[in-house]
Amino acid sequence: MNNQKAKSIAIGLTVSIVSYLAVWPVHASDLELSMTIKNHTFEPSVLKVPANQRIKLTVQNLDTSPEEFESHALNREKVIPGGAKAVIYIGPLKPGRYEFIGEFNPATAKGVVVAE
Amino acid sequence: MFGTGLIVFRETLEAALFVGIVAASTRGVIDRSRWLSFGVAAGAFGSVLMASAMGRISSWADGIGQDIVSLCILVIALCMLAWHCIWVSPNSSQMVQDAKQIGASTSKGNQTLWALAIAVALSVLREGAETVLFVSGLITGSSESLGAIISSVAIGLTLGTLAGWLIYEGLGRAKPQRLFAVTNILILMLAGSLASQLAKTANQADWISLFGEQAWDISALLPNDSAIGMVLHGVIGFDASPTQLQVLFYLGATSLIWIAARQVKLLISQRRNALITKT
Repeated sequence: MNNQKAKSIAIGLTVSIVSYLAVWPVHASDLELSMTIKNHTFEPSVLKVPANQRIKLTVQNLDTSPEEFESHALNREKVIPGGAKAVIYIGPLKPGRYEFIGEFNPATAKGVVVAE
Repeated sequence: MFGTGLIVFRETLEAALFVGIVAASTRGVIDRSRWLSFGVAAGAFGSVLMASAMGRISSWADGIGQDIVSLCILVIALCMLAWHCIWVSPNSSQMVQDAKQIGASTSKGNQTLWALAIAVALSVLREGAETVLFVSGLITGSSESLGAIISSVAIGLTLGTLAGWLIYEGLGRAKPQRLFAVTNILILMLAGSLASQLAKTANQADWISLFGEQAWDISALLPNDSAIGMVLHGVIGFDASPTQLQVLFYLGATSLIWIAARQVKLLISQRRNALITKT
């Protein structure tokens, strides 16, 4: 790679990083929701959310065993150890139903996000 | 019990395919078994440590601690694979010649082995920590007997490892010239896969919310959790419903690495030619 090319790539990278930082997302308007896991079930198991909005979902695992919040529809997966909490950002979502499960206990841990 | 085995299998599969591809790409390289085994062992050891700290990690940084750790792991692993792709491909034609001359089993050392070993360790760590956490949760809080848990975990681990071994053996059937070409592309796609997961995690943690919309959704046709979907995910980073950012990261990482490797290759052959004309 010659110097000029390397320089232009470096400049390009710097510009893109700076411009990204300039639009660094400050979500003052994030909607905050919370949910618990108890006895391997989600409570509430139906989350109604407004469509087209970013949502900060806090999941508190009250069980002693870990759970994995997993949703192909929401494109999310995150382990929540026993007794711990985790924050999962979702959306903005188009109106519709988005199912999720607890992968470690799929028989009982089921829920759905309804965006409307 | 069946469910337990299946979950362990899924977690093992991705790491096993990763290790299988890396092992195939270093066939015949001196000391590679030692390096790669060290990587797997370090990853497994790290998994236990990370699983035991997961409760604390989760609560860090207002609940996104785990994503931050994942992002770090992914970035380092991506750099290691990029380093390998950039430095090994210019030399691979040389390696093929060496392999032909002195026999595949004695070809010379590979200078990117350490990078691959780190990538392997991180891949095992990522999947392993979740598995350890899951299994320890079963042991402490499940009605199943310890024997039943151990046997289903063993079955899951064995089947996952078997998949890694299959891809290793399958690739091993290729001729040396073809093998390097194929494994170089596969490792490039593993790098793309890491970049795509990086995008997904960054969105989940709300670090990058740009291009968060779904690029396409073929999950009705080929779901992520189908057998083919899982294998494709492990080998080429398949995702049935990726976000636009994931697709951008995948294409960006693979093309950047590819261009860099070509530039380095060009530079090296220019230098070689210059040396030849001088003498």
